[in-house]
Amino acid sequence: MASIDTGGGDSHKKGPGVKKAKKLSTRVDMTPMVDLGFLLITFFIFTATMKSPTTMDLNMPKETDQKDETKIKQSGALTIMLGKDDHVYYYEGELDDKGSNFKSTNFKEIRKIIQDKKKDVIKNHVHDDKCEEIRQKAKNRIPQDPNWQNADLDRDFVVVIKPDAEATYKNTVDILDEMTINAVKRFAMVKISETEDALIKRTEGGK
Amino acid sequence: MPHVKVAKKSTDTDMTPFVDVAFLILSFFIMATQFKPPEPVPVETPNSVSSDILKEENAMLITVDKDNKVFININEKKGGNTGKLESVITDISQSRNLNLGPKEITSFKNAPIIGVPFNSLKGYLDLPLDNQKKFVAPGIPVLDTLNNELVWWIASVKKAFAGQKLLYLVKGDNKSKYPTFEAIINALRKNEEFKYNLVTSQEGAPEGTDLYKERRGIK
Repeated sequence: MASIDTGGGDSHKKGPGVKKAKKLSTRVDMTPMVDLGFLLITFFIFTATMKSPTTMDLNMPKETDQKDETKIKQSGALTIMLGKDDHVYYYEGELDDKGSNFKSTNFKEIRKIIQDKKKDVIKNHVHDDKCEEIRQKAKNRIPQDPNWQNADLDRDFVVVIKPDAEATYKNTVDILDEMTINAVKRFAMVKISETEDALIKRTEGGK
Repeated sequence: MPHVKVAKKSTDTDMTPFVDVAFLILSFFIMATQFKPPEPVPVETPNSVSSDILKEENAMLITVDKDNKVFININEKKGGNTGKLESVITDISQSRNLNLGPKEITSFKNAPIIGVPFNSLKGYLDLPLDNQKKFVAPGIPVLDTLNNELVWWIASVKKAFAGQKLLYLVKGDNKSKYPTFEAIINALRKNEEFKYNLVTSQEGAPEGTDLYKERRGIK
């Protein structure tokens, strides 16, 4: 007939020279595939940018004349100066002539100092109902804030930030961040004065 | 003694579920990953507790690298070729007498980032794009108070984006020094811009602080 002859005439019988086909296992060794898979996973984990960049709002005041400068209460002021190598210096109130209240600290301890000063300011806040009422009325805030008598007790607390020429951008952002962390409502970035700069230089030189 | 025959068990384990999980994780990472766009200037930003997501459209990005070099680039709305970049460079060319031709203007539109002083801007824009990438830019001079070139750039960008919302992003490297940052602030201030954003990486609020309590709703 018209069929192609494959092998011998009888398919059932195998001749003496015909070997039996070996049954191959269908199992595949998966190890290389797994290896590759994990290699890729590691690669993607390392290159992944899960953190998307965030932004920090910064509002600066308008450049003002000397007469427009905001006066702050000495008792509520905390001046923080940033020096080189992540050093932080601070003083409370006004710098005295000899610089005796000029203290040195670091970024770990500055938080505690800010918090303590804030508590101190709130504690020393002299409460005057009359005064408070006038103030609140002026701001039209009584209806919104039921706790108005105790609101804003830290309003005298002002942090003045003075980075010097050696301070890094990271330090500046860190200290601004510290303001957010400790809920300091009023702070200002001011150019460092010569006296303060000299004091920092002296402290740094002495070490 | 009668021997108890212990069945010989195969040491082969079925790897299939393992492979399944591995590839599931792999596909997750492929999907969730956004590749870092190639940065013309490598910058390591500081961390902050701020959680506002960065918007890059309609923004002027001022970058400070670790050697205090200042670079700018202008991001328009995605896909919108509104000719803003053209008006910026034409304005700069006019106000600073740079005599830039059409070739340089096109080059400016394609330039990834600008970090050269005005006097070498023309030469920089004349370079082919590949050479621009290799060019070691000296940065825009800002530290000289009398000749803070960033003031001019901001003025031109502000003019080009007049009537539209324009963000000023400042992206500084951890190691850059404060005077450069101050010079940028002063340049913005001279243009009557007082609100800008600092690009940072996110970190959580430290425990026990006022911000931590506020975010957790603890009084």
